Amino acid sequence: MSAKVRASVAEALEGLFDGARVMVGGFGLCGNAEALIAGVLATGAKELTLVSNNAGSLGKGLATWLEAGIIRRVECTYLGTNEHLHRAMAAGTIEIEVMPQGTFVERMRAAGAGIPAFFTPTGLGTVVAEGKEVREFEGRAYVLERALHADFALIRAHRADPFGNLRFYRTARNFSPIMATAAKTTIVECDELVALGAFDPDDVHLPGAFVQRVVHVPVHEDVIEYRTVRPRPTEAPS
Amino acid sequence: MPFSKEEIAKRAAAEIADGSIVNLGIGLPTLVADHLGPERGVWLQSENGILGMGPFPFEGDEDPQVINAGKQTVTILPGGSTFDSALSFAMIRGGHVDLSILGAMQVGANGDLANWSIPGGRTMGIGGAMDLAAGSKRILVLTSHVTKEGEPKLVHRCDYPLTAPGVVERVITELGVFDCAGEAFRLVELAPGVSLDEVRAKTGAPVEGSSQGAREDRSSSLGKR
Repeated sequence: MSAKVRASVAEALEGLFDGARVMVGGFGLCGNAEALIAGVLATGAKELTLVSNNAGSLGKGLATWLEAGIIRRVECTYLGTNEHLHRAMAAGTIEIEVMPQGTFVERMRAAGAGIPAFFTPTGLGTVVAEGKEVREFEGRAYVLERALHADFALIRAHRADPFGNLRFYRTARNFSPIMATAAKTTIVECDELVALGAFDPDDVHLPGAFVQRVVHVPVHEDVIEYRTVRPRPTEAPS
Repeated sequence: MPFSKEEIAKRAAAEIADGSIVNLGIGLPTLVADHLGPERGVWLQSENGILGMGPFPFEGDEDPQVINAGKQTVTILPGGSTFDSALSFAMIRGGHVDLSILGAMQVGANGDLANWSIPGGRTMGIGGAMDLAAGSKRILVLTSHVTKEGEPKLVHRCDYPLTAPGVVERVITELGVFDCAGEAFRLVELAPGVSLDEVRAKTGAPVEGSSQGAREDRSSSLGKR
């Protein structure tokens, strides 16, 4: 076994500490590292800063962290119908920073790429730009945004090899590969663990350099937030 | 009769150039997809990481890991691709999306867009709205003309928190089609049976143009397409 592959979720989460900044991948409940999210509750870690697009939904996923009261601060882009977050926000029990989604992910990309800050057109002329430097380039004004780092990233991958090379599946990819670059310790929960050499080099979505720990979790709940379908056309009788 | 939601969506579909890359916001804009046949060659972008988004799946084919930005199960068309959020917002912010069709809480005659927060109300968050508004080549807004309380949503200047300043080009409501002209809205087209007096009574800014002129504008703009 490679030094990166851990036998259990508990081992994969070793060293998580009170007050840590934790990035968690997923667009709502899609692409959540479900076992790692549940595993964090079992570690007893608290006072966490959660960096995630939505912070859970329908009482599931990261909503369980809000319910357990282990979060001190949330950095996110969208609250939507997350009742736990609305309640915590209204009660003032947690700090919350809401930012534009493109800025959120670019701040993490910058952190992972060694760029301390960047200028973006997004948020100019809005509350998002308040207190931030605005500078003009080629006649257009931009807002200065800073890199967003974390101590840990908890992400889900479709396939991983023992070096931590990753492939993602469809829209479960979302923020996960970017978070992996921005955290000191990236912990991956993979649907499938494949042998070293199983990936064609061109097919790796995220190289193992960005991954510190891998745990194989073959079964996921994969909750659908809004099941939208159309009726299957009935076949004409022959 | 004012435009129905379906008619608003159909009218919006007529604004889309064949072969273009389009992002549809949550709510009313989502309905536009139903009016884009495959012959149009339009590529729908979803900011959670799809280019070439297809219709809802057939019953039983839904995949929890194939969703749109509204977290609804969708499909991916032949030629479609999936990617991470950084690349998705590079596409949006970098000007590679030709048109975004968004909902609104208020639109200013100066093109200011407010669609993420009502003062004193419950904030749903920003999501991709500010990036789409700041980065898309063109912004079209679909909205009801007034709020549930009857307050105009087309106003001289927004008093709700802005999503982006000066970005909206055209607005389609149940009463008609309007362009943001700075100090006023310019009438492009009236919905059937709607009078300019009704539009003016329900709009929080001057409305320029005549119903006759609007019809002429419509035929000339359709002729160009």
